[in-house]
Amino acid sequence: MSTPDVIDHLVGIAPGSPLDAIRAQRPEARENAQRSYLALFEPEAPGEASALERYAVASYVARLHRAPAVAAFYAARLADHADIADAVAAEAAHATTGPYGRFPPGPLSAEDMPGAAYRVGSDHRPVFGARLTAAIEHADLLVFHPRDASPQALQDLLDAGWSTTGIVTLSQLVAFLAFQIRVIAGLKVLAATPATDAAR
Amino acid sequence: MIEAAIVYPRGDQPNAFTRDEIGWRPWLAPLPEEELTDRHRAGLVEPARAKSAYFRLLVRDPEVLEARTRTDKDIFYNTRAGLPRAERELAATAASRSNGCIFCASVHARFAAHYSRRPEDVQRLLDEGVTAELDARWRAVVDASVALTATPIAFGPEHVERLRTAGLDDAAIADVVNGAAFFNWANRLMLSLGEPKPPHGG
Repeated sequence: MSTPDVIDHLVGIAPGSPLDAIRAQRPEARENAQRSYLALFEPEAPGEASALERYAVASYVARLHRAPAVAAFYAARLADHADIADAVAAEAAHATTGPYGRFPPGPLSAEDMPGAAYRVGSDHRPVFGARLTAAIEHADLLVFHPRDASPQALQDLLDAGWSTTGIVTLSQLVAFLAFQIRVIAGLKVLAATPATDAAR
Repeated sequence: MIEAAIVYPRGDQPNAFTRDEIGWRPWLAPLPEEELTDRHRAGLVEPARAKSAYFRLLVRDPEVLEARTRTDKDIFYNTRAGLPRAERELAATAASRSNGCIFCASVHARFAAHYSRRPEDVQRLLDEGVTAELDARWRAVVDASVALTATPIAFGPEHVERLRTAGLDDAAIADVVNGAAFFNWANRLMLSLGEPKPPHGG
């Protein structure tokens, strides 16, 4: 596989290190996390989301997580699209905290944390175009308040020109990043917190 | 032609966390089983998954589904070293409870209760939420999983230290990270591409 392992790269896992040995105990997970990355970001066929859409949404999602190294990794592929990269950075500046949202009406309603659905600013809509605007707004929903998801949210994507298969790819991309960014963050903390005698 | 999302009549949706078996129905059209090609079947990994509307929807992007499925299986089923299965399922349940995925929580709470033989503790986590009273080891696993589920991620050195104090080695802590992180993937698909439904009908 020519592309280096993205999680190892972004955590800073060196061959032969303790975390290298730990990841080696879950070899299928390690290999297939990378294969998931490749299928989403370096697909053999273009599929129903463009490379620009994939990288723009990824850099937006990483910024919403305040994961600057991951954001820089994906934004590097937007080098030829400075207008998009700048608009992504500006739109991500509103980043809030999650998870919030409403439950289906009933006993869990007491736990509802209602919050607004994010909408791209009118200045950036023409930069993104209808499809990418809808994708960015959907990514925001999935990152911060996935329990507010609805058929209408998918209808908004369909109306903006996304196909059913394209929505599956987009949803996988955002959801995969929620995984990848957490593995990177978690392993970085683990590597930076060596065991002490007191903790044994 | 613009496709249409599928809307179901309201009223029968499960609206509380449960260990009972419930169903799931899609908001977008899955591929019909008779249209699955060899590439799709490879993406499903397990032939039985051709019966599932969820997997027949995800298989529209078969390469991603296949890689995701193999990631999932190794994180949860590979018993070599690391965290016991029960506590991997506990991490999955805690992430699902925090994100609010009633369907995911139902499946993995059943697994957590089964493998731990502690159904009362698992049920308390479902009923009272992620701050429910638990022993120190489960408290550490749940708190770490919830901190990993927050955006921005709130997992820090204090979580690692509490997991170590509770007896987890670094391989087990990596399993907590992987298990909670994976459910931040799964929850977002289950929550956004469809909804829970009653076990029969719907």
